[in-house]
Amino acid sequence: MTVDTDGVNAVDQMEKGPQKTAFFNNPKIRSSVIQVLLIGILIYGVWSLISNTAANLSAQSKSFGFGFLDNASGFDVSQSLIEYSRASSFWTVYQVGLLNTLLVAITGIILATLVGFSIGIARLSSNWIVSRAAYWYVEALRNIPLLLWIFIFYFGVLRLLPSKREPLGTSLDGALGYLSIGGWIAPKPVAGDMLWLTGLAVLFGIVASFIVSSWAKKRQMRTGQQFPTLYVILGLIIGLPAALFIVTGLPLSFEYPEIGRFGARGGMPVLPEFIALLTALSIYTSAFIAEIVRAGILAINKGQTEASHALGLRPGPTLNLVIIPQALRVIIPPLTNQFLNLTKNSSLAVAIAYPELVSIFAGTALNQSGREVEIIMITMATYLTLSLLTSTFMNWYNNRMALIER
Amino acid sequence: MKAKLLSAAFGAALSVTAVNASAATLDDVKSKGFIQCGVSQGLPGFSQPDSSGNWSGLDVDVCRAVAAAVFGDAGKVKYTPLSAKERFTALSSGEIDILSRNTTWTATRDTQLGLNFAGVNYYDGQGFMVRKELGVSSALELSGASVCTQTGTTTEINATDYFTVNKMEYELVAFEKNDEVVAAYDSGRCEVLTSDASQLYSLRLKLTDPNVHVVLPEIISKEPLGPVVRQGDDQWFNIVRWSFSAMVNAEELGVTSENVDEMKKSENPGIKRLLGVEGNFGEGLGIPNEWAYNIVKHVGNYGESFDKHVGPETSLGIARGVNALWSKGGVMYAPPIR
Repeated sequence: MTVDTDGVNAVDQMEKGPQKTAFFNNPKIRSSVIQVLLIGILIYGVWSLISNTAANLSAQSKSFGFGFLDNASGFDVSQSLIEYSRASSFWTVYQVGLLNTLLVAITGIILATLVGFSIGIARLSSNWIVSRAAYWYVEALRNIPLLLWIFIFYFGVLRLLPSKREPLGTSLDGALGYLSIGGWIAPKPVAGDMLWLTGLAVLFGIVASFIVSSWAKKRQMRTGQQFPTLYVILGLIIGLPAALFIVTGLPLSFEYPEIGRFGARGGMPVLPEFIALLTALSIYTSAFIAEIVRAGILAINKGQTEASHALGLRPGPTLNLVIIPQALRVIIPPLTNQFLNLTKNSSLAVAIAYPELVSIFAGTALNQSGREVEIIMITMATYLTLSLLTSTFMNWYNNRMALIER
Repeated sequence: MKAKLLSAAFGAALSVTAVNASAATLDDVKSKGFIQCGVSQGLPGFSQPDSSGNWSGLDVDVCRAVAAAVFGDAGKVKYTPLSAKERFTALSSGEIDILSRNTTWTATRDTQLGLNFAGVNYYDGQGFMVRKELGVSSALELSGASVCTQTGTTTEINATDYFTVNKMEYELVAFEKNDEVVAAYDSGRCEVLTSDASQLYSLRLKLTDPNVHVVLPEIISKEPLGPVVRQGDDQWFNIVRWSFSAMVNAEELGVTSENVDEMKKSENPGIKRLLGVEGNFGEGLGIPNEWAYNIVKHVGNYGESFDKHVGPETSLGIARGVNALWSKGGVMYAPPIR
């Protein structure tokens, strides 16, 4: 190595100590200045938000507080999963709205996932008709705004149903309930005395199935012997409760609706608003899920399929045991987004009178109580919590599905 | 970092929505050169745009009267169509200057929402509309029915009260917009449509076949409808109150948009004060002294406005009834200008 002039200078420098950098180039100072500034802006933002709100509230001689939640609401809602009347408090209105939101969101997520997975897989089918049909399903659904779908189902499709006074289902005398423009008035299940035993058996069956399947898995790992897990689980979850149900003397009856002056009454009404919203939300989201599933499957190297075929696995087990477990790692994160979207999109229900959180709490209750700031804060916090809970759960599931390096 | 960004965004979002108009609405209005008026999303007779986007109606006339009083030009109004649910928030956030949208004056609204009602421009009451084929002749026969209504209104509460008091079962289906209420009722989702009686007549015009529906005789509530302003701006409140009062006083004094110029020469001291020939009432309000003259000239008196938009000659065909002047058997009464 030759020592050039630069090298000599460098040696000189080292003897003099490190060269002084300008203070604004010092990474330590620079990062703390940026952090202080950022915190300053943040504090200012929060402070101005609070003081501005307080100033405006006092200018309108309004107070801030959550005491109003105990006041009687004074209005009725069309669907409530808990006890509710006009004398109930605004806090009860909140609970009614939240439960209605959860009802449509959870059933919607389940339906959208089932349909989405089927369509996503169908999209990759080697059958030309099946894959084309799936393609058009996806393109038609995801390219039309959700609100329009809700209107199409509510004002379009449901309008084709017969009137309330002449509903479908009269030929069966209401055994399956009545279907009309007023919704599906279903027979209402009424629990008998011993029904709790059947419920307990279902719970026991689920716990026992978990134990059995983990035992069977361990045994297979150890000895290579397979165990008919599926049949045992079916027996535990369905067979055992069914047997108990029969032994205890069928402790479940139905309360059938009857046709009155204004259509079917009694029974368990399933609102047309709920049906329209659920259908629109789940098929709209299913189109996105289908694309996510397709992308996930295509992300798996073709070699995996060929290798599993070479091992003698048929196409079914190849998909279930080799492709999907790997594809899930790609599918889960964007799937979480779709679940969050579906939950938040359920607030579009306000357009068709489905009484969910935004419609009755951030809508009617806000209007009747005049507590805009408090109610919007509660509603925002609720959606935030719902979304964070969903993503925590999905992250946990994702970690479980992640590739374990050995 | 995520949390920080989130709260900063939250802060920004709320501080934008919470920007309040300053107390002096009149100064704001003068500097922007027009009045922002909150109206319905289309209610024939009360506030409804025509095919070229010009709004007209009984409620619209209140805003036009205020514009005439402030600017001498009834056209200096811009309209914001609002749903029943949005209306109060739009007013308290400063998005609009006057809310003139068939809004019922109630204690809660007057005391707890930070609003003030500047008068009553239509005395209404809630009623029910049903299909003739149901053969219902009284609201007391409606047990078991589904009732369609608009959310965020007093009608929701009144209907709840009425059905509870009379121990009738019912299902309340509340939509955000009147158009959706009408569509749902028209499709047969509900047997009953409930709203203020005046609205029932006006909504009936939107149905496929208006003739097969009937409004039941029961009126189950008092619904004094009037213009609303923000609380805490007395000057603006006075301008709105007296602009409307001027229309009623003009009718009482027989001053119409046709004869207002001749009436200026009238010897009647009441008319002289109204039209600004005598006294200076405009000064106290902070607007030109010819304010009431401009209102009558450009908008007309209350009776003219009523006849033009909702009266017996229109498709709505509503009789004056309780809305006639106090001197003619109604309850329409305005404090005198003196």
